[in-house]
Amino acid sequence: MRQEPLLTMRGIEKSFPGVRALKDVDFTLRSGQIHALMGENGAGKSTLIKVLTGVYPRDGGDMAMEGTRIFPSSPRDAEKFGISTVYQEVNLIPHLTVAENICLGREDRAAGIIRWKKVRERARKALARLELDDGIDVEAQLSDCSIAVQQMVAIARALDIDAKVLILDEPTSSLDEAESDELFSIMARLKKRGMGIIFVTHFLDQVYRVSDAITVLRNGQLVGEYSAAELPRLELVARMMGKRAEEVKRLEKRAAVTTKSGRKTVISVRRLARKGSINPIDFDLNEGEVLGLAGLLGSGRSETAEVLFGVDAADAGEIEIDGRATKVDSPAKAMRLGFGMLTEDRKYSGIIPNLSIKENIILAMQAKLGPLKKIPPRQANEIADGFIKALDIRTPSREQLVKNLSGGNQQKVIIARWLAIHPRLLILDEPTRGIDVGTRAEIEELIRKLRDEGMSLLLISSELDEVVRNSQRVLVLRDRNKIAELAGEDISEQRILHTIAQ
Amino acid sequence: MKRRHLTLLANALVLLLLYGIGGVYFKNFLTLRVFVNLLGDNAFMGIAAIGMTFVIISGGIDLSVASVIAFTSIFIAQTVHDGLHPWWAMAMALCLGWLFGATQGWLISFFELPPFLVTLSGMFFARGMGYIVNDVSLAIKHGVYSQTIRNLAIPLAKNVRLPFTAQCFILFILAGTFLLAFTRFGRYIYAIGSNEASARLMGVPVHRMKILIYALSGFCAAASGCVVTFYMQSGNSSSFVGLEMDAIASAVIGGTLLSGGVGGVPGTFLGAIILGLIQALISFHGNLNNWWAKIFIGILLFLFISIQQLLSRRLRAAR
Ligand SMILES: Nc1ncnc2c1ncn2[C@@H]1O[C@H](COP(=O)(O)OP(=O)(O)O)[C@@H](O)[C@H]1O
Ligand SMILES: [Mg+2]
Repeated sequence: MRQEPLLTMRGIEKSFPGVRALKDVDFTLRSGQIHALMGENGAGKSTLIKVLTGVYPRDGGDMAMEGTRIFPSSPRDAEKFGISTVYQEVNLIPHLTVAENICLGREDRAAGIIRWKKVRERARKALARLELDDGIDVEAQLSDCSIAVQQMVAIARALDIDAKVLILDEPTSSLDEAESDELFSIMARLKKRGMGIIFVTHFLDQVYRVSDAITVLRNGQLVGEYSAAELPRLELVARMMGKRAEEVKRLEKRAAVTTKSGRKTVISVRRLARKGSINPIDFDLNEGEVLGLAGLLGSGRSETAEVLFGVDAADAGEIEIDGRATKVDSPAKAMRLGFGMLTEDRKYSGIIPNLSIKENIILAMQAKLGPLKKIPPRQANEIADGFIKALDIRTPSREQLVKNLSGGNQQKVIIARWLAIHPRLLILDEPTRGIDVGTRAEIEELIRKLRDEGMSLLLISSELDEVVRNSQRVLVLRDRNKIAELAGEDISEQRILHTIAQ
Repeated sequence: MKRRHLTLLANALVLLLLYGIGGVYFKNFLTLRVFVNLLGDNAFMGIAAIGMTFVIISGGIDLSVASVIAFTSIFIAQTVHDGLHPWWAMAMALCLGWLFGATQGWLISFFELPPFLVTLSGMFFARGMGYIVNDVSLAIKHGVYSQTIRNLAIPLAKNVRLPFTAQCFILFILAGTFLLAFTRFGRYIYAIGSNEASARLMGVPVHRMKILIYALSGFCAAASGCVVTFYMQSGNSSSFVGLEMDAIASAVIGGTLLSGGVGGVPGTFLGAIILGLIQALISFHGNLNNWWAKIFIGILLFLFISIQQLLSRRLRAAR
């Protein structure tokens, strides 16, 4: 027999300027249920939670607690409806003490005067409920505590009120195994008491360990709600990436790419790492080869590229170029070494919309030459015309402002910019995002051509098939670690999904 | 907690040092009378600095206080001159200060404008309003001023009386300390200054709080303006230009961080007294130009900020 749901959300809509973060999303939570909310980074999980708890007003849709419609207008309001939340980023006050954080807004008072002794007692009790063996000093300033302790404090704060719904948005990302286990046993206890728990995590193990139901979001849309027992891991990963497992199985193996073995290694990356961005990683980039990076969004793909290109300097490990160890600590250095990088977000870090095509194309060349040497106008015109023709950039003239071009043509202009400096390594982060199918095929064709000419390429794409089609080797990333390296015949969508799901 | 006690300790040391210097070089410096005068002379700046402390802890700044003080003084002088009873004039001035501050807070919070710019506009606005009320210095002639206020002074020893201005200062110190340390309102101020986004997610009514915080600062500035009239027995719309900087300096020397989240009224009190002591030492000396006070304050402020920076970096490194 199924009881009345504790919480229902129907047709939830939420837009931010330029982004439709939630489109017609449904979500149902029952009491005594641990419900995992899954999806890649940016899928809309945190936004759904913030709409539910009144941080953001909703643009459309309905929410009800135990059958009564609710319109929470602030997190405090949501607490009154019995919804207690631990938001994704640790949201506490760094300059206040642990006790003050746990009790902020709920301090015991007599005639308006805070009774500090009672506040500290209450905080101790709240922490004791979590059964933490290493006693946390409730009078310590929060910013002096480790991130894990801060996370526990946030959880203690959430559990300090009588709630029917507990929301945990990626609570375990900063906890070690023992601490996560502790949290899971608490969740189990609360579940037994009939609390409904919404749990967001990107650790698949944890999902299958604790949750009863799974709701998957992708690009702000509901993919579906599943019973955890009936959704195999592979299927879950496939759905998070926007595929169906049957589809993946049916997919033909891609046409084998002729790879000459024993290609010359151009760049060796050894134990390259940056705290908070990517864990130590090893890989080689070979001449005339495309290395693909695959993984869920947020698994460290773009971060790897950014560390390699010096956008975020590595804090450990080294990059060997032609056998010589080199430090790449800025994009300028990377460019001098012959690296080029097409960034993920061409609007923000690639294109200069108010300059002409020509000026955009010669930008990297100019940067490499330094500010004092001017490229002769004749030469600049020739270069620009050459690329407009070679890449088939659709424009009336090289003087056209780039902002007036379509997305696909803008992308070609940026690629031309990098090609103009004859890079030995070209990093392509999402080169076909937001580009029409025709241009996409052209860009893929271009990738193959550059490879055949001997360039080394690093390709990052959320479209798994694109990675599979174009790469000779593929690194699979998960949680900022390299978990596998596939080559040649082994590269297939299914294989990659399996690897991620393991 | 420890960090805060460290700054208070440093303040106390500087205070002792300054007192020591005074005691060695000038006779009569280490007397109760000098201390009482110090309190009385710095009361109006100190009260404004207390309001400023609230604002700075919340992560903001209030540049309008000096103008509000000047406005209040001329407002009271003019209305008393026009026949209003002084207590009524003061009550009205306090209300105006509160409303003016609340408006600034509302603008800052509702339109998400930088406090620096809003209160800078407020500074010009209040200064201009003062001139509109009256552009010359106006003496206040009323029994309340010539008699009552003087009679309210509390005799402490032979020939030493605690003036009403100093009493007001002490009252504001106590009330401010209490408000920050023992009320939910106080906790919210720290929370907003330390991390506004988190505070909002933790249920702090940030919007309402900001209005109240700036209203409080406006109220303190108006109260300071009242104290000014007791002290000067007159009102003047062009006085105290730049006093808001003294108030900020007092708070910062007292350990309130301009980045927000840290500070307290006791520290600000010590900061204000340190500034006053430097001033007093210079005037005791007699031959030094008054501008030397500014130079010492500048150096001291720099030293304090550097020490605080070093301390917090050391503590961060130790972790
Ligand atoms: N405050 C905001 N303003 C603008 N865009 C936002 C805001 N919050 C989230 N987004 C966008 O909404 C989408 C969903 O984000 P989010 O809910 O944080 O994803 P998730 O938690 O699943 O990783 C993303 O595209 C993100 O950039
Ligand atoms: Mg999120």
